Amino acid sequence: MAENNPILKMFGICKTFPGVKALQNVDFMLRAGEVHCLMGENGAGKSTLIKVLTGVEKLDKGEIFLDGENILPKTPLEAQAVGISTVYQEVNLCPNLSVAENMFIGREPITAGRINWKEINKRAEAALEKLNVKIDVTQTLDSYSVAIQQMVAIARSLDVSAKVLILDEPTSSLDKNEVDKLFEVLRKLKKDGIGIIFITHFLDQVYEISDRITVLRNGELVGEFETAALPRVQLVAKMIGKEFDELASLNKGNVAVANIEDDTSFIKARGLGSSGTIKPFDLDIKKGEVLGLVGLLGSGRTETARVLFGADKADSGELFINNRKVSMTSPIDAIKQGMAFCPEDRKKEGIIGDLTVRENIMLALQAKRGMGKYITRKEQEQLADKFIKLLSIKTAGPEQLIKNLSGGNQQKVILARWLATEPDLLILDEPTRGIDVGTKTEIQKLVVKLAEEGMAVVFISSELDEELRTCSRMAVFRDRQKIAELTGDDLTEHYVMQTIAGGQNDAE
Amino acid sequence: MQNRLKNITKSRLFWPLMALALMIVFNIIFVDDFLKIEIKDGNLFGRIIDIINRAAPLMLMAIGMTLVIATGGTDLSVGSVAAISGALVCSLIGGDFKGVAQHPFAVAILAALAVSLLAGAWNGFLVGKLGIQPVVATLILFVAGRGIAQLITEGQIITVYYKPFAFLGGFAPGIPIPFSIIIVAIVLTIVLLVLKKTALGLFIESVGVNATSSRFTGISVTKIKFLVYTFSGLCAGIAGLIISSMIRAADANNAGLMSEMDAILAVAIGGTSMAGGRFSIGASMIGALIVQSITTTLYAVGVSAQVLPLIKAIVVIAICLVQAEEFRRKAFGIFAKKGGVQNEKAAAKL
Amino acid sequence: MKKLQLNSKFVPLIITILLFVGLFAVGSIKYPSFFSLQVFFNLFIDNAYLIILAVGMTFVLVIGGIDLSVGSVLCLVAMASADLVENRGVNPYVVMLLMIVIGAVYGLVQGTLIQSFKMQPFIVTLAGLFFGKGAAAWISIETINITNKTYNDIAHYRVKLIGDGFISIGAVIALVTLVIAIYIAHYTKFGRTAYAIGGNEQSALLMGLPVARTKILIYTLNGICSALAGIVFSFYMLSGYSLHGQGMELDAIASAVIGGTLLTGGVGYVVGSLFGALTQGIIQNIIMFDGSLNSWWTKIAIAALLCMFIIIQRLLVARRDAQKARSRGNLAKNQAVAK
Repeated sequence: MAENNPILKMFGICKTFPGVKALQNVDFMLRAGEVHCLMGENGAGKSTLIKVLTGVEKLDKGEIFLDGENILPKTPLEAQAVGISTVYQEVNLCPNLSVAENMFIGREPITAGRINWKEINKRAEAALEKLNVKIDVTQTLDSYSVAIQQMVAIARSLDVSAKVLILDEPTSSLDKNEVDKLFEVLRKLKKDGIGIIFITHFLDQVYEISDRITVLRNGELVGEFETAALPRVQLVAKMIGKEFDELASLNKGNVAVANIEDDTSFIKARGLGSSGTIKPFDLDIKKGEVLGLVGLLGSGRTETARVLFGADKADSGELFINNRKVSMTSPIDAIKQGMAFCPEDRKKEGIIGDLTVRENIMLALQAKRGMGKYITRKEQEQLADKFIKLLSIKTAGPEQLIKNLSGGNQQKVILARWLATEPDLLILDEPTRGIDVGTKTEIQKLVVKLAEEGMAVVFISSELDEELRTCSRMAVFRDRQKIAELTGDDLTEHYVMQTIAGGQNDAE
Repeated sequence: MQNRLKNITKSRLFWPLMALALMIVFNIIFVDDFLKIEIKDGNLFGRIIDIINRAAPLMLMAIGMTLVIATGGTDLSVGSVAAISGALVCSLIGGDFKGVAQHPFAVAILAALAVSLLAGAWNGFLVGKLGIQPVVATLILFVAGRGIAQLITEGQIITVYYKPFAFLGGFAPGIPIPFSIIIVAIVLTIVLLVLKKTALGLFIESVGVNATSSRFTGISVTKIKFLVYTFSGLCAGIAGLIISSMIRAADANNAGLMSEMDAILAVAIGGTSMAGGRFSIGASMIGALIVQSITTTLYAVGVSAQVLPLIKAIVVIAICLVQAEEFRRKAFGIFAKKGGVQNEKAAAKL
Repeated sequence: MKKLQLNSKFVPLIITILLFVGLFAVGSIKYPSFFSLQVFFNLFIDNAYLIILAVGMTFVLVIGGIDLSVGSVLCLVAMASADLVENRGVNPYVVMLLMIVIGAVYGLVQGTLIQSFKMQPFIVTLAGLFFGKGAAAWISIETINITNKTYNDIAHYRVKLIGDGFISIGAVIALVTLVIAIYIAHYTKFGRTAYAIGGNEQSALLMGLPVARTKILIYTLNGICSALAGIVFSFYMLSGYSLHGQGMELDAIASAVIGGTLLTGGVGYVVGSLFGALTQGIIQNIIMFDGSLNSWWTKIAIAALLCMFIIIQRLLVARRDAQKARSRGNLAKNQAVAK
């Protein structure tokens, strides 16, 4: 490995968005033939740094050198032209075009005035074969898995002769085998002297593949470290900074010992399922407990929540609420039965951006009461004021548009929306994703408190720590199937992870 | 912040009102007796009354169109639905020279409204239930609607001699103001009352801003969309009655022709974004009055009816251009220097 | 599964061809003189302008846009041609060239408004529709008949084909347009970029494709097609009238959709659009042969047909999405130890 051969240098990068200093004086260096992880919590500035580097955003100040030459890409295209390519998590190719075309579009070989499809197909096959991928390149891209699509994206980048390859959370939707395969390719590319910037939040993968780590926090550089010389705990500490103590403190107050009267399951699901999304499952949810749905992305945890809430239609099984059989075809049915659901994708499925904080808070209650029973303006304002205070939502006022709030505060507004309906069951799908650590802790505390007050809470998070800290019981999902329920002493990091991962010890 | 927000709500009506005032001033100066209102045979007459009277169908369509646009959709079929409604009511009353109605007046009206409601519901079904793009969904009736109207009238222009039919678009006995204005007032009152007393308006805005979030919040997006398209159909139907009553005939080809354009124009002038979200019926009403006064003024200046759309098309583009963020951003630099040539430039674009 | 997807993509096209053959069979059985080569050729003659419009519309739909102005551009072109040739004595060929330029400018302006100012295509082209109508009426409200010799010669020229069969110059122009369109769609960078934009505009941008330019050019191309259709239409009708071309935007969209073009963009076949247009022609023929049916039935039948195909599209897309959700579920297995 050509360790001391810097291929990319960035100095004093500054970028300000209205109201936010996204990057302050950040330096970054990438050497040829290394995998360099860019780490940081959400909002640390990782994606902004990448955007500046790839010409998606214009930097305010700073310099970028590639192979010693000062560059300033203004568009992703310019970045590509000088040798900086990016592969995103959501593959940025065209699903309706063939694999081969995706690799060569914009640079198609032309013979006799027309695109030479034969040659394109041949070259595409050869390029993919180098990455050990053998597929029919004439099929449309959307007929292949995300993993293959990413390989195609990588192959395209390489074919455009990339010197720097940026992988932005490529592994989020890959399975273990696919990740292994991807890493194999990355190791091969390292040998070829390509510099790879790797962004992920899976620590294991960081330690498996990377040579160096650069940590960002709140738009500032924390430091560059050799992976081998940086223990995990320290990495985490560097990522979350001083607020580490605060996280630890909740840990003590820990697992809400739920005051459960045993025969009163609020919800009983029996053989409930929806073909294509979640296999039939049994599930009981009691008032006063925090039930964690754990598993990996796509394991069925979100799907379970959606079926319970009626967002997706169940096509098998029965659902009992307070021992009464109910059928749910849309969210409003569930809401009327006392359910509430904070969806995973806050922006697309949660907030209603152009409406005010007040309106966003009262909307679910209004829907629950029915369109005809309009909540008076006065009551609306009281409601908004109450929750803004209760959840300490940082907003200029109840008439502020919700889209102008920060992610954490938006999430609090959505929580307020549901708390206003005084639900018996609150389902939270990744409520803490993309929000600052302080708010995260606040939400976790709130969850525990709500359960103590007698609410049933279903909590979904991809951060196991968070689950362990808040949940008194966990349902584990794998492959769109509920595979286990854990309580008490089983709720240890090690055991839960083992169950999620699935070993020989639990038979399928 | 609250003050600023109040200012914004104020300015919603401010610009349309300014434009209307401008139109009125122009007319006062250039059109004789513009302000004169007199009483003939116990009825009010005058240019202003005439404009409002003629604006009535457009105002009705604009009410429905505002709600549809607020959900992020559009309804291209209003003109055709108006034609169907007019065709049905005329053919049911019949063209008897002695002025005898073949079917009772009330039955004819109810049938016409029921069919309009049905047409709207069809649009609502395609958009709300099947999720088809509003433009294409309503384009179907936009074209087929006139065919249906033709079938109802069997390709004829049915002239109605039955007296009471003329009341709708003219004067009802004993009431000094045009009956169409009363119809608009009634519909408007009902709509505003419903919007004030129920959460419908909020739900419509919510759907227009973010349909998925709205669904997860417990709002039935399908129902809301179905409702607004159905209502838009009804509004168009009522408008169709007035239009056919004004000419006392069913003209499948020309009744409500291009009114979809006028209605969208009225809503756009009112400042409701074509992308959906916040809306104001009041502003759309002012928009409708502006559109009608443009039409009347242009007639007065001697522009023929067929050429009108040319000018209106330019106005629509100009307004949408000013609404378009992209345009304002790009143009701001130029205007900062040259100042206020927006409309000219916009007009030059087409 | 791969096979299934491929099939479902072609289903509308296959249905269209079957429908076309079926309708032709129905016509042939019901009306004795229906089944002849010339009736088939007449489809091309009578629908030449529609084929051209449909070809242009296919490109617009492929990039995920819509153009409501085509019928009105056609009308304006026919009207302006008639006026220039008859009342102003301009050389016919100059007129035709001028019309193409007008069409191109029309499309260019609309495309620029849509792309550069992020205005919604429907509102821009709806304004375009009314602008064209108004402009045509401004030229004249009366019908202008074209008596010019060149126009009449072109209109009556018969291009002999097999047997006694013949087609018109207009039909030849339509077929040439079709061939060029197929070439553009499948064998040029420009065409492929259009498909890429329809598939995922964001990706197309990131892959460095000239998205803005292509979109504007597609609208321009459609403007040119509309103008060309207008010229062919004036050969066919030998007149200009401000009410011509009403509802033709729907016919063009219907042709494309019936031919398998997805309204959501990214998928579309120029050949399909040809069959879409011919199918409409057959319907018109059947209604004409029948004689007892009002000509308005054509519009209604076509609207109904369009409706049916849109619904089929929706169902197919819904099914495919469901399948994809399923395969995604399969995919996301264990990330091994997540933390």
